[in-house]
Amino acid sequence: MSLVQDVPKDSFRLSMLVYDTRYRSITIQVIVLILFMLFLSWLVNNTIQNLAAKDRTFDFGFLGMRAGYDINQTLISYTNDSTHFRAAMIGLLNTLLSAVIGCAIATVLGVIVGVLRLSKNWLVSRLMTVYVEVFRNVPVLLWILLSATILSEATPTPADYRVTEAMIAAGEAPKASMLLDDSVAITTRGINIPAPLVERGLPRLELGPISINSNMLAFLIVLGASLYGWQMLRAHAKRVQEATGVRPTTWWKSLAIVVLPTLALLIAMGFHLEYPQLTRFNFNGGIELLHSFTALTVALSLYTAAFIAEIVRAGIMAISRGQSEAAAALGIRPGRTMSLVILPQALRVIVPPLISQYLNLTKNTSLAIAVSYMDLRGTLGGITLNQTGKELECMLLMMGIYLCISLTISALMNAFNRAVKLKER
Amino acid sequence: MKKSVFLGTLSAAALVAGIAGAATLDDVRSRGELICGVNVGLTGFGAPDANGNYQGFDVAICKAVAAAVLGDASKVKYVPTTGETRFTALASGEVDLLVRNSTWTFSRDNDLKFDFVAVNYYDGQGFMVKKDLGVSSAKELDGATVCIQTGTTTELNLADFFKANNMSYTPVTVADDSEGQRQYLAGACDAYTTDASGLAASRATMPDAESHIILPEIISKEPLGPLVRHGDNQWGDIVRWTYFALVAAEEYGVTSANIEEVATSTQNPEVKRLLGLEGDLGAMLGLDKEFSKRAIAAVGNYGEIFEANIGSATPIGLARGLNALWTQGGLQYAPPFR
Amino acid sequence: MTDQLTFVRNQMLPPQEPPIREAGVVKWLRENLFSGPLNTILSVVGFAIILWLAANIIPWLLHSVWNANSLGECRQIIAATWGEGATGACWAMVRERWHQYLFGFYPMDMYWRPTSAFFLMFVALAPVLYNNLPRKMIWFTAVYPALAFWLLWGGSVWSPVVAMLGFVVMGGVFTLLKDRLGVPLSAGIGFVAAAFWWLVLQGPLASAIHSVLPIGLTSVDSDQFGGFLLSIVIGVTAISASLPMGLLLALGRQSDMLLVRTLSVGFIEFIRGVPLITLLFTASLLLQYFLPPETNFDIILRVIILVTFFAAAYIAEVIRGGLAALPRGQYEAADALGLDYWQAQRLIVMPQALKISIPGIVSSFIGLFKDTTLVAFVGLMDPLKGITQVVRSDINWKGIYWEPYLFAGAIFFLICFGMSRYSMWLERKLKTDHR
Repeated sequence: MSLVQDVPKDSFRLSMLVYDTRYRSITIQVIVLILFMLFLSWLVNNTIQNLAAKDRTFDFGFLGMRAGYDINQTLISYTNDSTHFRAAMIGLLNTLLSAVIGCAIATVLGVIVGVLRLSKNWLVSRLMTVYVEVFRNVPVLLWILLSATILSEATPTPADYRVTEAMIAAGEAPKASMLLDDSVAITTRGINIPAPLVERGLPRLELGPISINSNMLAFLIVLGASLYGWQMLRAHAKRVQEATGVRPTTWWKSLAIVVLPTLALLIAMGFHLEYPQLTRFNFNGGIELLHSFTALTVALSLYTAAFIAEIVRAGIMAISRGQSEAAAALGIRPGRTMSLVILPQALRVIVPPLISQYLNLTKNTSLAIAVSYMDLRGTLGGITLNQTGKELECMLLMMGIYLCISLTISALMNAFNRAVKLKER
Repeated sequence: MKKSVFLGTLSAAALVAGIAGAATLDDVRSRGELICGVNVGLTGFGAPDANGNYQGFDVAICKAVAAAVLGDASKVKYVPTTGETRFTALASGEVDLLVRNSTWTFSRDNDLKFDFVAVNYYDGQGFMVKKDLGVSSAKELDGATVCIQTGTTTELNLADFFKANNMSYTPVTVADDSEGQRQYLAGACDAYTTDASGLAASRATMPDAESHIILPEIISKEPLGPLVRHGDNQWGDIVRWTYFALVAAEEYGVTSANIEEVATSTQNPEVKRLLGLEGDLGAMLGLDKEFSKRAIAAVGNYGEIFEANIGSATPIGLARGLNALWTQGGLQYAPPFR
Repeated sequence: MTDQLTFVRNQMLPPQEPPIREAGVVKWLRENLFSGPLNTILSVVGFAIILWLAANIIPWLLHSVWNANSLGECRQIIAATWGEGATGACWAMVRERWHQYLFGFYPMDMYWRPTSAFFLMFVALAPVLYNNLPRKMIWFTAVYPALAFWLLWGGSVWSPVVAMLGFVVMGGVFTLLKDRLGVPLSAGIGFVAAAFWWLVLQGPLASAIHSVLPIGLTSVDSDQFGGFLLSIVIGVTAISASLPMGLLLALGRQSDMLLVRTLSVGFIEFIRGVPLITLLFTASLLLQYFLPPETNFDIILRVIILVTFFAAAYIAEVIRGGLAALPRGQYEAADALGLDYWQAQRLIVMPQALKISIPGIVSSFIGLFKDTTLVAFVGLMDPLKGITQVVRSDINWKGIYWEPYLFAGAIFFLICFGMSRYSMWLERKLKTDHR
């Protein structure tokens, strides 16, 4: 009885909320939560009041209305009768196209430059240093503007390709002529290349709003299947080699497995190339890579490659010399040492900063309007915003989309990073 | 630490920059300054010169309003706006008046809640092409590549025009006028389309102006004018009547040079009312008698502004055309000062 | 027998010249440029690139014109001097407009103000960057922001002085209450007191003192800022203001408190996930919706605030890197000494973590400084696009392309390259210290 009385009663006092470390963190979190909620409701309240004061509404109905403007690069079908939503999708796809191709080029270029900067060749390593320093220390906007200017100022206009009767009579050659056996034309507007076409194509697959080119799908499936077959063949050859010590000759089998089915499919579908033809104003037919796309992608790649080169260089230098010496002792040739020993290890150092460079590149595609490329910011955050006056909705939607892209990229790359991470036991 | 000091002082002092109230006139008076949203990249209409002084046809309206309201044409703060930010700047109260070659359209007037108070330039969208392209009409542009400025009504007009004539085209959407001109000159597009005044201005400054032609078709109506926020009718009236005073001054032959002389000698009751010598029109606007006289004295009448900034004597060399006075077959018409 | 030896060498042969392939220039060339087929190819390609660039750029640069009043005049001079069809640079534009590239539309007779603010900035930075300077100089660093603000914007000297006093109030309240209420609470109360000072007392007090003792400079509106002045103001203000915020975010991200951590991570990931340009558009288009009706302030200030948020997210990640680089033992040692959280941070963790982070902070600043060019998209006069647009809309310079970009780009390069060299030097210095 008295025993219970003796134990000092741990009664709860209010001051413990501040002084007792057990409760303090809860107190702080509650205060933070309240402040945060207050802040949020303040923002929302202000927004509602402001919208009411301006007699405006907050709704995304405008996305379903007719856009009314045209876009020059459309990866999915689009006319000016399509909706603002469709226009935003076009912009998003253009953003993604530029980002993906830009990342790919930047990676390849960055790795090459990073390796070459460590080269023993005096001239090459100096050149690469100059390239890296110049590109890193000037705003990317300048590179975008400059590359667009160079592309359109240093190329011939479509009219320069024209051969008129008078010129034939006078025996003059046109100012410019197409490259690669009349199949590629580089003009002030873009690069026209032949387009692959099929005569006996399969019908398009309509899946709700998405329409899929089933020819491309069939091609990819066949190609994938034959590549899988090739892998099987190689695995088989390896098993034979390990069992008998003799590697069977596989090159012609490989060739046949990879090439024949695809070739057969292409012949069956009546594959041919459509060459660009000069019409009244432009080259028509074939595929046109607009300079706005090329300029943006090339400028972003060159800019980001300079950063990636530094990352790669730092990654390679982080690998201790002993590794390459050990490789040399094992008799591995220098080129193979780089690809088999150094780079795989350097990758662990390289990948995390590489992710943020990819993110930067993707976000920098939003500067596309400087070179007339219609990306997400040009369509949804540009013309649509302007024509509808729905700045709140457009900007929020745009930020949301960019955020999703960024989070997806970092999630994917983090997963990859976990996969290549040094597994310690 | 020391760093947040900067932001603290900055915000404390910069908050003084202004709180927009309902009565714009009171705000302007208490601030002692008119805030005017302008274009900084359109030759002849609005751009700062080497000394940072804003000049141009649109800028003159700002100066005239400042002279009318504050008595000093230099009491203007110019806020550079882009095609995207201009309407927000006006709606949010960041500027009192927007004079940025903006087209008066139904939706801007009603959906975006603005009041276009007048039309200071009647424009229309045209096309410029190189002479050696051999095109003499916009209807021959089927399949052409067309350069076009973003953030304007021109995108929609262009789409409508090509659709109506059952033609196709490739748009090249450029960010500003100088970029559009560069792309056009480099041959990145066959035709450059924008307001005809802008085309004329661009053409005038090209190294080989005679090898470019402006096609005869004008595919849209572009009434450009100053605009204010919906709901403050007094302020809208001030801007409107200041503008009309400039037009009326041209009609009655009052210029910035002869205004004092006219004021002493005139017998015309309308001119007397215009110059505040008779009646008290200014008071009805909440201004003093001489508001219009000051505006005319500061920037000149409509014709003077036109000639000084974009008229035939300047390198831009625009003809008056639709913007001549109604007495000379144009559309510029001021209601009576009565 | 001995006479059969017809010849005995009794002096050393003089050493022979090394073969020509192994000496001098040739050896250097062989080793550095042509040491193998691949290297030879690379060298040839490198030479080709250099030659091609030189052939394209040097004639253009040689045909520079410095004295002309318009682009047309430039073209005439070039055609007259070097013949029809020659191309050349028209630097006359830079000669006429350089001040706009540097200062925007800042009144010309007051250029001494931004210039002195710029140079004083280095004096203020010196004690932070170099350890061997007298510690007293840190006081100058502390008042520099107010001084720079006053120099740049002008107006009464008393508003920045009174605003600085707000920090004295904050510090005073904090020291008074610290022992009784603990660090976080007293800091909060101090902040509230300072906010009260700024919001309520600041205006009347400053104008009262000013009416008694009017000392001031002509005030300059922020819409007259432009060019590199604007870039530097935005960049420096944002990066300095973002340091404390980034620090808090970094600590928040490492916190044990779930809610604090979630909010910090959410903020950082959001800001890093969207392009800066959308944040700038938020500053120019959306803030009017989020702030109470009828508040309205300067676009430059709004841009600075949003850029500060942007920089804070990046700084937070840099500092987090610095925190992660500290050995676990440092934290444990602090615990063992019985220091509480804030003492441990202030005395043990932060001095070390910040030191490691300085190179990262400098590179963040370089990135941010380059990104200030994007303010052109919301109508501000950045040196690259904004001022160039103004210049090109002048009827005399309509149609000029390369020169403004090269001029602005060269200045950007000089500043950023200088800073990155400094950052590398610092990194090396800190590395040796650390081992």
